[in-house]
Amino acid sequence: MLIGKHLLGLENVDKKDIENILTTAESFIDIIDRDVKKVPTLRGKTVINLFYEPSTRTRTSFELAGKYLSADTINFSPSTSSVKKGESLKDTAKTLEMMGADAIVIRHSSSGAASYLTNHVNASVVNAGDGTHEHPTQALLDMFTVKRFKGRLSGLKVAVIGDILHSRVARSNIYGFSKMGSDVYVSGPNTLMPFQIEEMGAKVADNVEEAVKDADVVIALRIQMERQKAGLFPSEREYSKLFGIDINKLSLAKQDVLLLHPGPVNRGIELSSEVIDGNRSVINEQVKSGVAVRMAILYLLIGGAR
Amino acid sequence: MKKILKGARIIDPYSDIDEILDLLIVEDKIAAVEKNIDISEVEIIDLAGKIVTPGLIDMHVHLREPGYEYKEDIESGTRSAAAGGFTAVACMPNTNPPIDNAALIEYIKSRASKIGMVKVFPIGCVSKGMQGKEITEMGDMAKAGAVAFSDDGKPVAESGLMRKALLYSSMFDKVIIDHCEVPSLFENGQINEGAISTRLGLSGIPASAEEIMVARNILLAKELDARVHIAHISTRGSAQLVKRAKEEGIKITCEVTPHHLVLTEDAVLDYNTAAKVNPPLRTKDDVKALIDALRDGTIDAIATDHAPHCEDEKDVEFDKASFGILGLETALGIVLTYLVEREKIGINSIIEKMTKGPASILGLAAAGIEAGMPADITVIDPELEWVVDKNKLLSKSKNTPFNGWKLKGKAVMTIVDGKTVYR
Repeated sequence: MLIGKHLLGLENVDKKDIENILTTAESFIDIIDRDVKKVPTLRGKTVINLFYEPSTRTRTSFELAGKYLSADTINFSPSTSSVKKGESLKDTAKTLEMMGADAIVIRHSSSGAASYLTNHVNASVVNAGDGTHEHPTQALLDMFTVKRFKGRLSGLKVAVIGDILHSRVARSNIYGFSKMGSDVYVSGPNTLMPFQIEEMGAKVADNVEEAVKDADVVIALRIQMERQKAGLFPSEREYSKLFGIDINKLSLAKQDVLLLHPGPVNRGIELSSEVIDGNRSVINEQVKSGVAVRMAILYLLIGGAR
Repeated sequence: MKKILKGARIIDPYSDIDEILDLLIVEDKIAAVEKNIDISEVEIIDLAGKIVTPGLIDMHVHLREPGYEYKEDIESGTRSAAAGGFTAVACMPNTNPPIDNAALIEYIKSRASKIGMVKVFPIGCVSKGMQGKEITEMGDMAKAGAVAFSDDGKPVAESGLMRKALLYSSMFDKVIIDHCEVPSLFENGQINEGAISTRLGLSGIPASAEEIMVARNILLAKELDARVHIAHISTRGSAQLVKRAKEEGIKITCEVTPHHLVLTEDAVLDYNTAAKVNPPLRTKDDVKALIDALRDGTIDAIATDHAPHCEDEKDVEFDKASFGILGLETALGIVLTYLVEREKIGINSIIEKMTKGPASILGLAAAGIEAGMPADITVIDPELEWVVDKNKLLSKSKNTPFNGWKLKGKAVMTIVDGKTVYR
């Protein structure tokens, strides 16, 4: 077993572990298309989805991943509106553990929340997105999707476009794709570009065209409308003009480029409808990959082999 | 009650003494400082190999009383100070309610004198309720014993308010201490803005947020010929601004904390909330610049910004954790180990930054080691090696990033007005 006890981010996961997860996911993906979508691999194990932020697709994806492997999966979504009155994360986590959780899948608005949780529980912790830090399972499913279509990850040019500053998806993808030998370029408004992102292994393109030019993979990020209200970009209109990916911008990439988006998409803003529904888009395939990758992660973390 | 401190190296920045002398204390005063004092019927304390200095002064502590006694109170805070070798502290007014009137200044003073550990000099608020709107009754507070004014914890964000406060406080010859931070330059800032904030996904606090307000204060001090003291400078740029202002003769002074002199932003990796502090820990380059500024005299005082917080305020998600680091009991060990031993800054100069430096900023009476002066004395064992254990600190709180650090040099005796308050 290569993977450690937790999956907190890709910063400290090495190439071998990533390969192991992707290979394991490959062996699980066919289960999703079966008539009877169930294998007994995690029978008797309990997975708790502890989601402090609203999420439909990631939570459902984890829930199904657990269920297809016969784990008992439950969702626990503390109300985020009553943070003051609410129980502390530490106390909630201990309670869940006492109920017998083998793995806790956590999504939380605080960067570092998943790592913090490991100080207080013995269960395996899977980071399903912590603040603006990491979202490792999203990056793994992105890599899995790309590998299925391209057959490889090394030597690819990957362009990540949008709000890099607030994106946990971008951070995990920079670590993941770089470790697998891809060249990761980032582009976005300067107001949404974090300082010294180069030190994480990304190259900052001068403009979106340079990032997309000859790219094998383009990952567009979701833009949160509250960033506009915070004055970080002037308008949706200008954002979509400058950084939205449309047919013209995508035509700069390689002919066989793959277009990814972590979803949900703001149609007409980060992506034009034409490219979302076009033949380079693998956005729907990403969703399926997500279930397979999460099955692999749960299996590797709490499966019998440990 | 007479005692002789025998055979110690006396370092006194007030009188520039640095030699092995005996020191005779009678009641609450220093009675003599001479070679080989030989009188009978006196307690003799053999201090060969030790260093005796005027009582150390920490001009920036948070005693948390009234209002936050679960973090610290005047009793635990002054015990912690005595154990760290301090004979006097100046306490910040960001309590609940904030110390913004003479009655509260008197309350602090009377509590401290009843407890009878170290001397406590209260600092009053600049603005009523620390709301940043109207200036406080500084005259009344000065008369009651306030040694300076500050809205510490918050900056005096409004330049107009700062200008009025400087004009008004100068009538009482009291300095304004400003925590420099332009609030609009960041949002929900957690740590220094840079590679580490990017990696950890934590909102950054840029150096310019501090430096712009340092520059503003310098310009106001110049225009009004008023005195401003910059609390806890943390960046190279701040040090440069202060240095240039001093060269121009502007009445600006500044302090630095031990943690900003030895820790960088790397200390928050792994989301270590013990190292979450405001101003944030900065880069290696900033640390180097601060050490240089200490060496060349740009920095006037070493102050701890002792900021106790209980465990539940630190053992939480990083962005929910309180800002602040304990300082009183680790400061001396840190500066002796890292600045004197490693950086080769003279111990005399370091002691000066912890005695005469803060005393002159706050306008405290001279308190050198001379006959007739109050017997406020710190005895340091420069060779004593010890390990910081957060569970053994006398503070009510444990929020130190130095837990487990091996240090060399420690206060072994603290005397206030002739009374041994720590040994």
